[in-house]
Parts: sequence; structure tokens; C-alpha cells
Amino acid sequence: MTENKNILEMKDIVKTFPGVKALKGVDLNIGYGEIHAVMGENGAGKSTLMKCLIGIHPQTSGQIYFEGKLIENYNTAEALKIGISMIHQELNPVEFRSIAENIWLGREPKTKLGLVDHKKMYEMTKEVLKKIDLNEDPKKLMVDLTVAKMQMIEIAKAISYNAKLIIMDEPTSALTNKEIKQLFSIMRKLKEEGKSIIYISHKLDEIFEISDKVSVYRDGKYIGTEDTDKMDTAKLIKMMVGRDIDEMFPKVECPIGDIKLEVSKLSDRSHFKNVSFNVRKGEILGVAGLVGAGRTEVIETLFGLRTRMSGQVKIDGKEVMINSPQDAKVNKIALLTEDRRLNGIFPMLTVFQNAFMANIDKYVKKSKLFDHKKATEDVNKFVDIIKIKTPNIYQKIENLSGGNQQKVLVARWLMTEPEILILDEPTRGIDVGAKAEIHRLISTLAGQGKSIIMISSELPEIMGMSDRIMVMHEGKVTGIIDNHKDLTQEELMLYATGQATSLPNN
Amino acid sequence: MAEDTKKIKDNKEKSERDEKIERYIELLKKYGIIVALILLVVVISVAEPKFLSPKNLFNVLAQSAIYGIMALGLTFVIISKGIDLSVGSLLAFAGIVAASLGQVSTATTKYFPSLGELPVLVPILAALIIGALLGAVNGGLIAFTGIPAFIATLGMMTIARGFTLMYTGGKPVSQLIPGIKFLGDKIGPIPIPVIIYGLMIFITWILLNHTSFGKNIYAIGGNIKAAEVSGVNVKKNLVMIYAFAGLTCGVAALVFAGRVGSVHPGAALGYELTAIAATTIGGTSHTGGIGTVWGAVVGALILSVLRNGLTLLGVQAYWQQIVEGVIIIVAVIIDMRKNAKKK
Ligand SMILES: Nc1ncnc2c1ncn2[C@@H]1O[C@H](COP(=O)(O)OP(=O)(O)OP(=O)(O)O)[C@@H](O)[C@H]1O
Ligand SMILES: [Mg+2]
Repeated sequence: MTENKNILEMKDIVKTFPGVKALKGVDLNIGYGEIHAVMGENGAGKSTLMKCLIGIHPQTSGQIYFEGKLIENYNTAEALKIGISMIHQELNPVEFRSIAENIWLGREPKTKLGLVDHKKMYEMTKEVLKKIDLNEDPKKLMVDLTVAKMQMIEIAKAISYNAKLIIMDEPTSALTNKEIKQLFSIMRKLKEEGKSIIYISHKLDEIFEISDKVSVYRDGKYIGTEDTDKMDTAKLIKMMVGRDIDEMFPKVECPIGDIKLEVSKLSDRSHFKNVSFNVRKGEILGVAGLVGAGRTEVIETLFGLRTRMSGQVKIDGKEVMINSPQDAKVNKIALLTEDRRLNGIFPMLTVFQNAFMANIDKYVKKSKLFDHKKATEDVNKFVDIIKIKTPNIYQKIENLSGGNQQKVLVARWLMTEPEILILDEPTRGIDVGAKAEIHRLISTLAGQGKSIIMISSELPEIMGMSDRIMVMHEGKVTGIIDNHKDLTQEELMLYATGQATSLPNN
Repeated sequence: MAEDTKKIKDNKEKSERDEKIERYIELLKKYGIIVALILLVVVISVAEPKFLSPKNLFNVLAQSAIYGIMALGLTFVIISKGIDLSVGSLLAFAGIVAASLGQVSTATTKYFPSLGELPVLVPILAALIIGALLGAVNGGLIAFTGIPAFIATLGMMTIARGFTLMYTGGKPVSQLIPGIKFLGDKIGPIPIPVIIYGLMIFITWILLNHTSFGKNIYAIGGNIKAAEVSGVNVKKNLVMIYAFAGLTCGVAALVFAGRVGSVHPGAALGYELTAIAATTIGGTSHTGGIGTVWGAVVGALILSVLRNGLTLLGVQAYWQQIVEGVIIIVAVIIDMRKNAKKK
């Protein structure tokens, strides 16, 4: 009997949304004490399947057996009660409430009188935070945390339910290596305790490192399940994409021109100090570092989103003052932000509106009217190139899968045709096939003489795409290194952890 | 070596000082509204010392009680990212029904001629139940049909006012029993409306800060998705939020009946806006997830101090209105800065 082996059996699950058949009859079987990777391209239906499981939206048809029992007509509260918890792909903080209140929302510890027992709640929070090695005051507001920390809180929350089955939908997309390692050690501990984990990620190396089994889905269809041991990258990609991908980093060599942007001794109040670097025309400057290194803060300051304390910025040799994103736009700088949910998308608007949002001026005709036809053409072009999976461009962006939302944002900023393009984690949550396409687009832009600054926590991406790599550690630049064939991840990590520096100390 | 440690120490001291200054700024931002109230009181009492007499001060408090109590319910509503435009009409309807059940037996125009004199508990319960029930209808409409709170409560505002007019055919109900009038009276120097207000403040504060209902209100307003995925029953909580707002209207209706001694169908016209203003001035944010009970109290006090003070100073009514409007806008501008992401 399989019932004894499997904690979860999902059979022939179908899920339709108006106009979209997201799941076309798929299976998923999870054993006890198993870390099970769920893989597939953006829009394959992974998150949808998980949302059926946790009761956010019921499946249209099909059965779910949990611990051998058929579960039907239930909601999230009941799913949590029977022992299923989930880390959601989109961050869900209640921003102006404390860490503790976020973790225990919906199940606060009570005193005898039935009132919330705050003292106990803070103590319990401290305990949970200790488990994930996070030293934060439980009373701190979520809005004061970095995106990575918020994600760690979400992880802590999912664990705190003491669930038998934990769903992790792209938990690492906002984390850097150190925290990922931490997460993996937590996952191994949970596994030892006999708990099962469903793990979704687009990072293949993670899958090979942590998972016991892999199930692959494509276009809402179930492709198959394999032991991870018996898999290799090529085979996995082929299962996911349905074809081979010849090159992950299609970087075209192109002539590098004069210095376009020169930043000297840029500092803000607390996150980074004396940051100096330059970018040339046609050059891709990679920016590496651990979380909290100040990378995002540097480029957000450069873009005028944060106040700068001191420092100088020159474009084409002339000093410029950039105090707001409008100033940045005038100077032809574009920024793809790190966190799409909080800074990037307009959830209620369509794919079309989200895509041209930063380009309205470009589509104003002589008559001052909006050139709808041209805008539509351009958006459709990008939808094709980077394969944004949407029934049409008038779909609400909120209804797209996470990775496809990210693709729309990439399209938005590529459409602005900037001189200086800053990309903060551009391929976060994007599947391998589309990643290669985005890399190709970035490379093409560089070939046209644009200057590109790319922050990424994925070292292979940094090393595969950059001409030079700037590494930061705790708010300081520890190295600006020419990228060459013999450069290793280990060497970069030495700079990122502050153990090496190639620059005079300032 | 020694120099290095000194430098580190200097730096540390400097950052400590910075932190201290920052803390003061934080405090000022947080309690700025109280500072504003105190300033207002000082300015008015310098201009007109009569303002500070205990009798007048209690009067100010009693005046703020009616819309202050409704502002408490609205605090829940607005924190949950909703709005309730019907509170004035709910007060009128709850009030007129309570009044009709609380007339003396000798009343000249008695609504229920054959009823005699009922115990005071009957009109009290009637007001509370009607308020809470109609509030729950608001909440139910919002939760189960998904129409915006603005629309649902706008409809309820008109409907409840219509019921009120229909109930008495447009006539006021007066000659109320002493039990109801007592609610507008005094114990020693302390007006009973102030005591009721105080009690309601306490109850609201407990609910918002010390029950899971309160936590859910913040979560629903702050991020409704987060509430849903955490297993919070959002629909049930929405019904409870608006029912509580309705309940505060019932309480306010009783205070109103007690103070005025009668209820007419046009009672509390426009009170919803005063109550919303009080909540808003007190820093409860219409973007949801942010707000406090004491904020609503201070907001209501600012409004009544202003009204009372300007009247004492002989300022004309239209100027009062202009000043009130300016204050609402300024308060929200300050608040938005406070809540802007700290960068
Ligand atoms: N609420 C919704 N309304 C309409 N369509 C939806 C809705 N939610 C999901 N979809 C569609 O269902 C499909 C599957 O989406 P899903 O989010 O499950 O993908 P995914 O595999 O998780 O992708 P990703 O890797 O990008 O997160 C997509 O085509 C998406 O557009
Ligand atoms: Mg997904």
C-alpha cells in the first residue's frame, strides 16, 4: 500500500482560471521525511498546485490525500491545522506590525482571560528566531527589515507551525549564499525529524544539493518524477523546457568604449562608505556581495531613491546631481529594482500598462495623444522574445506567475532604451530558458554601447556575464576585478567575506 | 593602536549621539499630535482664561464624547482599510427607536401609547442591538458581496436615515424617562457621557491591543493576503469590525438622547464626517494597517477644544469650519511623512 509510504498524494489535479487552464490533470506524491523538488518553467503551474494544496483556491477537479485521508473543501486555516504550512512565493508581511505579530498572526498565544499573551509571544518569537539563527528584536516592525530578513521571517513562520509538510515556494530567491546555507541546514534538520518538504526553485544547483526527488511540470502538465541522484542538469533542463539549451550565458564580446559613469567616494548615512567605481560604454559591470553588503543601497542612492551624504557622480565626464528618480531618468539611467512586489509592479494594472509605464513619453505622438498601436507592438515584441506567459497583454499582472511578472518588469526597463541600465537581481525567479534569453538581451544592449551595472547573488551569472566585477563587503568595495576564465567562485567569495581586498583601504 | 581604539570610541560616541537625536525626532513624530493638542490648549487659555475653568473643561470632554465614541469604532474600520459613512444615520435610527421605547407614560405625543413606562434597560439594549445589527449588515455586504466599503456604507447611510424618518413620520420623540436623561447628566462635577466615553476607550483599547481580533484588524488593513494565508477568517472579522462600529453608534445614540433629552429624525446629521475627521487627525491611516485608540481620542479632543475655544473667543462659525478643514489636511500630511518608509 502506498498510503504507508506517502504523506501526500495529489491525483489528477485540474485547475482552471477564467480563460486559463493552469493545471491539466497533474499528480504529485511526497514521501515521509523527503525533500521533494518541484520544477518547471515560469507559468508551469507550480505555485497554483501548491495553492490548491494549502487551500487558498480549491482545485477544479482531482483528489488530495494527506496521510492517507482524502481532504476536501477545506481552507487555509484547516490546512495549517492538519499540518501543512507554506512559505509563499510573494512576500506577505504586514508591514507596520512587529515580527512577533507577523509570525503568530491568526494563532496568538492567549492568557487565561483570552487576551493575547504578549510576553509569551515575544519569548516564543525569540525561540523561533534562534532556530534560524536570526538575531532580531521580536518587537521590530517588518517595514524596518531588509527583503532578505523578511524572507527569513517567513521561513521562521512556516517552521513555527510545526507542520508535517512544509511547502517552500522559491524561498531562496531573496536570499544570498549564507542564508541559503542556513536554510538548507534547517531543512536537513526537519528531514531528520521525519518532516517532508516540497521545494520549489529555479536554481538548479540548489535542487541537486538538497533534494531527494524531483517532479517536473510543463505547461500545466505532469512530466515525471525522478530520484535526484539519477538526474543531471542537462536531463533536468530537457524535462523542464522540452529542448536543450546550448548556452546559458551567451555573452558577445564587444569593444569597450570611454568611461560613461564615474562614481567617486559615494557614501550614505549608514549602509555604505566611499564607494568608487566606473562603468564604460559597452561594458557590463557585475556587482557581487553578501546580503547586507550595501549593493542595493549603493545603486538606489545612485538612482536618487535614497539620500546621499557625500560623493560625486559624473556622466560623460560632467558632474551630475541625481536627487530623484526623475533626475536619473533625465540622465538616461534606468533601474530594475530588487523587489518586484514592494517597488516594482502595479498589481491591479495589466501587463501592457505595467510594461510601458516607464516609457509613456516615448509613445506620445506629435498630436500629444498616446500612440497605442506602437506601444502594443513593442510590448508584444517583448512578450515574444522573453516568452512572457500570459493569455494576452491585457491580463492583470497580478494573475501572472511570479517569474512572468519579473519578466514584464525586465521588459519595462529594457524598453526605456537607457544609456545606463542598472539591474538589481534581474533574473530572480526566472526559469533557465528565459534566463538565457534575458542574458542575451543584456549582452545585445552592451553591444550597442550601453553601460550596464548588474547586481546578482548568483555567482555563475556574475561570472558568466560581466566584463569586470565589483565586490562589496559590509558597505565597502573590497575589489574590482577583471573577469577572466580562471577566476573562481572561491576567489570572489574571499572578497565578498572581507578576507581579501585588492584596493587600498579607505 | 591606541589611536585606533580612540577613533573607534569617537565614532561610537558620535553614532550614539546620532541615535539619541533620532530617537527624539521619532518621539516627536509619534506624539506630535499630543504636543499639538497641548499647544492648542495653551494658546486658547492665554487668549481666554475662562477656557480653563473645570466646568468648561468637562463641557469640552462631554461635547467630544458623542463623536469621540463613534471615532473609536471608526478607528477599527479605518485601520482595516475601510470606511463607514453610515455612523451618523445609525446613531439617529438607534436613537429614535430607543427614545420611542423610553418615553414617560405621561408624554403628550407617545409613540407607543399603550406601552406604559419600560425599564431603562429596554431602550438601552434596543439602541445597542440596532447599532450592532445594522453595522453587521454593512460588514456582511462588504465581506460577502465584495462591494467597496464606501459604497456599502453610503447606501446604509441613506437607508438608515430613511428608516428614521419613516419611523416617526418625521416627528421628534421627546419627554424621555429619567433613566435615559441620567445618561446625559452628571455625577458630582463629572458628566456621565465622559464616564461612558472613558469606558468605551478602555474597551476599545483592550480589543485592539490585547485580543487576536485586534491583531486581525491590523493584518486585514495592512496586508489582506497575509491575513488570508495565515488562516485568519477575514470575512468574519470584517463583519465584526463593522458591527463594533455600529455598536459604538448605539452607545453614542444613548449619550445623545441623554444630553438632548429628545431625538429628532435629523439628529447627528454629518456626524460621520466629524468622527472620520477625529480618527484621521489622530493618525489612523486610510491606507490601512496603521492607527491607535489614543490617536482617535486626541483627535476628537482637538476638534472639541477647537470648537469650544473658538466659540468662547467669539470667532464666527464659518472660520471654525475653515480652521477644522485646514487641520485635517495638515494632520494627514504630517502623518504621511511619518509613515513613509524610513530610508
Ligand atoms: N488568479 C489567476 N488568474 C488567472 N490566471 C492565473 C491565476 N493564477 C495563476 N494563473 C496562471 O496560471 C499559470 C500557472 O501559474 P503559476 O503561478 O502556478 O506558475 P509557476 O509554475 O509557479 O511559475 P513561476 O516559476 O513563475 O512562479 C500561469 O499561466 C498564470 O498566468
Ligand atoms: Mg510560482
